[in-house]
Amino acid sequence: MLNELARVDRRRFMQCMAWAGTGLVWAVRGGVPSSTVLGEASAAAGFTFAQISDTHVGFTGKANPDAAGTLDDSIAGINALTPRPAFVLHTGDLTHGQKAGTFDRLAESLKSVRTERIFYVPGEHDVFLDGGKEYLARHGRGTLGGGWQSFDYGGVHFVGLVNVLTYKAGVGGALGVDQLEWLRQDLAPRGASTPIVVFTHVPLWAVYPAWGWTTADGEEAIAMLRRFGSVTVLNGHIHQVLQKIEGHIAFHSARSTAFPQPAPGAAPSPGPMTVEAGELRRLLGVREIVYTESSARLAAVEHPLA
Amino acid sequence: MTANTWILMLASLLAFFVGGADAAPSGGTHVSISEFTFRPAVVSIAAGDTVTWVNDDAEEHTVTATDRSYTSPGLEAAETFSHRFTAPGTYRYFCALHPHMTATVVVQ
Repeated sequence: MLNELARVDRRRFMQCMAWAGTGLVWAVRGGVPSSTVLGEASAAAGFTFAQISDTHVGFTGKANPDAAGTLDDSIAGINALTPRPAFVLHTGDLTHGQKAGTFDRLAESLKSVRTERIFYVPGEHDVFLDGGKEYLARHGRGTLGGGWQSFDYGGVHFVGLVNVLTYKAGVGGALGVDQLEWLRQDLAPRGASTPIVVFTHVPLWAVYPAWGWTTADGEEAIAMLRRFGSVTVLNGHIHQVLQKIEGHIAFHSARSTAFPQPAPGAAPSPGPMTVEAGELRRLLGVREIVYTESSARLAAVEHPLA
Repeated sequence: MTANTWILMLASLLAFFVGGADAAPSGGTHVSISEFTFRPAVVSIAAGDTVTWVNDDAEEHTVTATDRSYTSPGLEAAETFSHRFTAPGTYRYFCALHPHMTATVVVQ
């Protein structure tokens, strides 16, 4: 009898348990442990998507005399990613100052992005002149209210928020009560193990309030996200990569494709920052985000132009 | 008086009135937008006066009432915007592109 037991190895033991219907596999999905019965087919391994931000089409300042060229190079950077990203998120400031023709020029440039779909949220430059009328006419399809939206892909729930339509004087971005109520209802039916990705323009967290780099009611949205096991918040606006982890929430701000901005407090004011010629391309670029089912945290992979 | 003297008197009277109109006491209140700041941050004017903003920055800015009752278009470098304030009160405004830039017009 003892000899028999000694010959039972792990593989045979698991096979026996599966047959008996008692074998379970524990895995962490979306940061939350869950179990499946041995023998069930395993789900998809994951997928990647890309983030592009602050393209500021129409910008012609000293900080980058060739913003059109760096945009083209950024698009080439997305097209060089393998595997090909499932889709692209644009986190706002598509245009610079809503200048005439700039929405068209961006649409033309982005035609060469090799991906299924691009999702957008606006930046303040896209809406400040007309309250978002032109932006929504072009990119409002499938969105609600001021352009907010949610969709699901590969088991991940994506939420696009708009925090530039009701800019708060002296503060920064704001989501507003209607959008917050929509967000509450949108998240309510989701289980805590559903990975959530939020994309918006102005940082939801207080990066640097003295420069308006914050969202006045962002904390209310963050509170709704805390119960989830895996939350990734992607934003633009500040034209540099900054990251913060708070519990299960990872915040990532992105580079621009057009011009860099100073680090918080490192200059008298925010705005286009002129750097040495060789330095500029290191400070511009795009981001690839990798989701794998077994990992709670989505991986953000930066792709600067140089 | 000779005709010449009359003409001279008339001419100088005319000059005085025309010159007087140009030399109006207020001359308009000016606010400079420079280094992402409205300077001065507070201006005091009389009801009916006009404030003129000039963008002395390289970056685009706006002059937007916090209650959204008026707004300039996007002001490029060197562009100006004027607004006439008719009712007494304290009027806060900010830049719609850079909301940390705030200032006030006090109308007496």
